[in-house]
Formats: sequence, C-alpha cells, structure tokens
Amino acid sequence: MSSKLKMVALSSVVSAMALGAAADDPVSLTIVSWGGAYTASQVRAYHEPWMEQNPHVTIVNDDGSANALASLRAQAQAGNVTWDLVDMLPSDAQLACDEGIIMPIDHDEVLAAAPDGTPPTEDFLPGSLGECFIPQILYSTVLTYRPDAFPEDAQPTSIADLFDTENFPGRRALQDRPGTNLEWALYADGVDPEEIYDVLSTPEGVDRAFAKLDTIKDDIIFWTEGAQAPQLLADGEVAFATGYNGRMFDAIEVEGMEADIIWDGQVVEWDGWVVPADGDNIDAVMDYLYFATDTQRLADQAQFISYGPARASSSELVGQHADLGIDMAPHMPSAPENYFAPIVLDNDFWVDYGDELRERFANWMLQ
Amino acid sequence: MAMADATQDDVQVGNTTDKRGRLVTSDGTPLRRALERSMRRRKLTAFMLVAPLLAFILIFFAFPIAQMMWRSVDNPQVVDALPRTLDALEDWDGTGMPGEPVFAALHADMMDDLDRPRREQKIGPLGIRLNYELSAARGAISRTARQVPNFEAPFADAFADAHRLWGQPELWRVIKREGRPLTPAYYIAALDREYDEAGSIVKRPENRQIYVNLFGRTLALSVAITFMTFLLGFPIAYYLSILPMRYANLLMIAVLLPFWTSLLVRTSAWIVLLQQQGVLNTLFVNIGLVSDDNRLDLIYNQTGTIIAMTHILLPFMVLPLYSVMRTIPPSYMRAAKSLGATPSTAFRRVYFPQTLPGIGAGGVLVFIISIGYYITPALVGGQSGRMISNEIARHIQQSLNWGLAAALGSMLLVGVLLLYWLFNRLVGTDSLKFG
Repeated sequence: MSSKLKMVALSSVVSAMALGAAADDPVSLTIVSWGGAYTASQVRAYHEPWMEQNPHVTIVNDDGSANALASLRAQAQAGNVTWDLVDMLPSDAQLACDEGIIMPIDHDEVLAAAPDGTPPTEDFLPGSLGECFIPQILYSTVLTYRPDAFPEDAQPTSIADLFDTENFPGRRALQDRPGTNLEWALYADGVDPEEIYDVLSTPEGVDRAFAKLDTIKDDIIFWTEGAQAPQLLADGEVAFATGYNGRMFDAIEVEGMEADIIWDGQVVEWDGWVVPADGDNIDAVMDYLYFATDTQRLADQAQFISYGPARASSSELVGQHADLGIDMAPHMPSAPENYFAPIVLDNDFWVDYGDELRERFANWMLQ
Repeated sequence: MAMADATQDDVQVGNTTDKRGRLVTSDGTPLRRALERSMRRRKLTAFMLVAPLLAFILIFFAFPIAQMMWRSVDNPQVVDALPRTLDALEDWDGTGMPGEPVFAALHADMMDDLDRPRREQKIGPLGIRLNYELSAARGAISRTARQVPNFEAPFADAFADAHRLWGQPELWRVIKREGRPLTPAYYIAALDREYDEAGSIVKRPENRQIYVNLFGRTLALSVAITFMTFLLGFPIAYYLSILPMRYANLLMIAVLLPFWTSLLVRTSAWIVLLQQQGVLNTLFVNIGLVSDDNRLDLIYNQTGTIIAMTHILLPFMVLPLYSVMRTIPPSYMRAAKSLGATPSTAFRRVYFPQTLPGIGAGGVLVFIISIGYYITPALVGGQSGRMISNEIARHIQQSLNWGLAAALGSMLLVGVLLLYWLFNRLVGTDSLKFG
C-alpha cells in the first residue's frame, strides 16, 4: 500500500513538473502516416496551421504506416514507445486495440463538436468511429482503365467489365490481397453489394468468388505497393488497374496520366488516427487531435487530396484544389454521382476471416 | 607452446621440491598452482580480446534467434486469460458440448478480465490467438466480452445467444487444446497441417496449403539462381584471373559496381528493362524477333526473379572464383598440353578441378543469401516468383502472427543448417575459399 502511495505521490510530482514545463518547453511529436501525397496533405491541412498556433511544438513525419502494426507491437514490448500518433486502417486499429497497445478514445470527450454543436459521435459518419480509432477520411479502392486500350465506342463502365476478358482484353493489375478482389468477384457475379459479406461468410460463397477470379487469372499482374498501380497503368503494362482513389486522382489530374476512374463498386473504407499507449507527449497529442479533426481541418485536407472528410459537417466546406483550382467535390468517393454502388469494407469480417482467406488467396496465387 | 617449453626448462634448472615432495618454483609456490595461475591469466587475456565480439554476437545475433525460436512455441494467451475455464474443462472429453460449470467459469474469467487495467487485459490477445486456429473466434470473444456483465445464469444459453461459435464444440476443442503454455500449433500450420475433430494432425484442405509448396519453390529458385551465377560468373572470373593485375583491378570495379548501387535502384532498373512495354521487349519487336501482340513476359513471374537476383548476387560468385583462379599457376595448363592433352581435356581434368573450392564457396554464399531474399522477389516476382521470406515478412508486418513467422523462420534456419551440414559432409568446408 505504501509503495502505491509513493507511486501516486511521485507521479503527481512528475505531472506537476510536466504541467509547469508544458507552457514553453519545446515538444517534438512523431506523427506516423503513409507518406507521399497523403502525408503532404496532412502537413498542409493540419501540421502547419497547428504549429503556427503552438510554436513550441515541432512535428516529425514518419512514413511508417504500412507496417505500423508490427512497429507498435515491437515498441510496446520493448517498453520504448517513440511514436506519438499513428495514421492507420480501422482493421489494424481494431487488432492493436485488442492487444491493448493503443489508447481507447472517448470521442465526445476529446474531440471538437461540429460548429452547430452536434457532438462528434453524431457528426462523424455512421460506422466510422472505433473503440480506439478516430477517422479522418473516407477513401476508396477504385477500378481505373486506359481509354486507349479499348475502342472509343466500347469503353468499360463497370466492375463486371473487369471480369469480361472477351470484350475487354488486356492485363489487369490487382492488389495482392484478398480484400476488394473477393468482393468484386462476387459483385461481378451478380451479388448485391449489401449482401456480399453474408455470401462471403459461407464456404460456398468463397468458392464462388474464387471461381470468378479464376476466369481472369491469366491476365492478372499483382501489385504490392500503392505506387505500383498508377505506374503500371502509366507504362501501358496493363489495361485496368485497381488503386486508391487519391493516388489515381493525383496521377490523372496532377501528373496528367491518361486514365479514367470507374466508380461502380468502389470499395470504401475509413482511415484515421490512433494514439499509442504510454507515449511521452499524450497531452500535446490530444491538443493536436482536437484541432486536426475538427470540421474545418477535415474539410481543408480535401483541398490537397481527393479523400472525403469523415465528418458530415465538413462536406459542405469542401472547396477547390489548392494548386489546381478545380472543384474537389465531384472527385470525392462520397460525391452522390460516385456513390451509386459502393461496397463498404466490413472490417469486422476481415479481422475474423482474414487469416483464412489470405491463406486461401496465397494458395490461389501460387497455383 | 614456447611458454610451456620454457616452464619445463625452469623446472629442470630449478628442480626444487617442498617438504611434501611437490615441485615448487623459486619463490616457493607449488609449481602446479603457479602454472595454473599463468594459464588463467593468459586465458583471461584471450577472452578479453574476444569478449567485445562475443558480446556483440550474443546480444544481436544469438539472443534474437533464440527469442524467435521461443516465440514459435510460446503460447501464453489461453492459459493467462481463462485459468478457471481450463480447470473446468479438465473433465470434458471433447465430444458434445461442455456443461454449465464450464460456461460459469468462462463468465467468471471474463468478469475478472474486465476488472484489470486496460493494458493488462487478456481477452484481446486471446481472441487474436484463437482466430489463428479458428476463423471468427476473435469476433466471438471480443463481441461477447462487452456483453458479459449483463449475463445471467444459465450461462450456456447466454453465451450461445451472444455468438454462434459458443454453441459449437469446435471453439471449445480449440480452447482446450491451446490451453497449455507451449504449443506445436505454429509448426503444424507452417507444415500446411491442422487438427481434425478427433484431435489428430491431418493435411489442410488443398486450397489452403501454401508453405510446403513455397519452401520447395524457394529451394528450386535458389538452385537455379546459384547455377545461373556460376554459368555467368565462371568465364568472367577466368578472364579477370589471366589479365595483368592492372586491367584486372579495373574490370573488378565493373563487377563490384552493382554492390555500391542501392538494391531498390537496381531492381527498379530491371523493371524498366524487362516489362512488356520496356526496353528489351521494344527492341525485340523492332528487330522483328517477336510480334507486337506477343511481347515476352520477362517480369512479374519466376523469370523476373531469377534474372534480377542473378544480377544482384553475381559478385558473390565471381569474387571467390577469382581469388581461387588467381592462385592456379598457368604452367599447369601448359604442362598438361605439352604432355599431350587437348585444350578441352586439360581444362576438364587439370584446370576445372582446381577451381572447385571457389565454386563451392561461391555456390554456398549465393545459395544461402538467395534462400532468404525478399525485396527483389516482392517487386519483380509477381505471383509465381515469390519466396518463403515474402510470407514471413507478411506475417511479421501485416497479419502480426509472429508465432507462425517464427516457426517458418526457424524451419528455414534449420533447413539451411542441414544443407550446410550436408555440404560439409559431401565436399568439406575446409576446402572452401571465400576469397
């Protein structure tokens, strides 16, 4: 008991010191994200304005999100947590949350309300909040194609066309993981987007999806890194490529690549922040989160990259691209003209069945 | 040796004994003790000289390997999370459903867990662990855990209502089986096997088998790459060895240049060269070797992996070969020819056998390095050119199944050691020359 008391006394002394220091002592926050155009959009929309308000803070960017789960676990096990804030996918966030290596979040407590006072739990889009997860954006995996690969009067328009090698010949670049591919196989096979995960939970449904994938297997090139997909398309290696809509937007609108996006069957998913447990700068991180996830900031990010803000209140504030000056709203996955047949990625499904389906998918790739 | 001789001389010169007839040195200490002391001092000096490297190897090499092997059998999750449930399951024979006391114990275990501080809760890791054995087990556990405080007896019904898996013996069999601190489960999965309902180990359904096949492919690709580096490296090394030193050194820079270039840059260069719309294919089409519709698939398959890795690993073959060939006196070939051998016989029976230590060394180096390679296959290998390390990396970085990654890694390590041992028995490592 006495040692516990000592601990309490000690920690209150430490926190008192920390409070006293917080005002002017320089703080360095390590924020981990996906790199490239995405990190750049966060720097301009969140980091720079926040550092302007808080001159004693410097933000160090780390492009480690692709392997964040492994790094977070390694840091937690080594007892040396060097990351302050991490951008990750909700399924990875759920795993990390189950392991207890990231902090549970009380969204109404730590985040800003909408300008009209709507609490965060109602303002963030339905289904986006996780136990330890604060969503920032809605992104989607879309099918993209080269218009010059097909005759002008017979351009592909749907996911079903991806699986139609007779009318739409040419190689296809797909991501080397079961997610998205299995969903699309079922969708192209006539399953309603709403029922895809029910079908995929049954062994027959899985067989059906793989049978559909078999029909295009000889024409598939698999990509691993997000940057590979636009590259393969730009080099003319493939006629179709799947990719993240933001990267494709960047390649088409900013880099001038000749390609078109098919919004049919876009697989939409959230992406957002998690806070590693036991970080050194929790107070500063919480300040940052309050600022960086408010309505205006989420809308600001859409000026730099075509990902949809995760708050309902942000959508009407989405303006023009900061450098190109084009209207961003029509390029958002959530724009009504794009959101006509979305497949909402079911993270619970993938956390539960992912191991088994990944094995089956790896086996299928090797055959 | 010299020191020992000297002491013996001292003994003969001094030749003194104490009262009990033991040999002593001039200052009266028994000779044996004096000897021991000086030997100890020498051993200590030797040890001190080796100590930094030894510590380095222990901390950064032996310890992580031991830790990896430990992870491949370590299985604390079920034991930590469900102590009472496991006690209650003791009498269950694995057929039918366990009784109400087991469910009551499960309820108690889960209630205990909710009282623990967040970081120490065991239910999350338990769900992740069981999901490796049975799909959807994580969902069954995490979704139930949130409802547990509202449960009332009879608990069997309450659990079965919360998630269908609690009403099926399958999940209970997994809990009972994995309710021990050490498990062979990761090795069983790494060998494409699983437990059947009776608890015996059987092959997985064919469409979920990956690893055995992949180990085989990794071996075959490594052998092919080793052979290719030998085929390409032997003539270069020979040519370098007969050139005057001045030119040989200059050309050696060309061989070593790839070493000094970033691996990613080299691999990306191969992508530019080999892809369908790439330099090589366009050249073939322009000179009429292949038609525009039938461009060759040189990358994103096994061919791509073999080409790119042969290039990257070539110096490891050329260097040992070159160093061995330099030491073969040209007079041997002249002697063979003057004794009537044709140039090919002289090469086959006189020159080639002398290069074997270099071939062996180069072969071992290239083979062992290529077995563990993973960046290049991931970038240029497509689906057919992948190797076992790509799966290990995926389990470490993405699926977070470190137990399975450790089992695969341990198997790879043991496999390489076995091959090395076999090589040693057949060829003998003492005849290797690494340059």
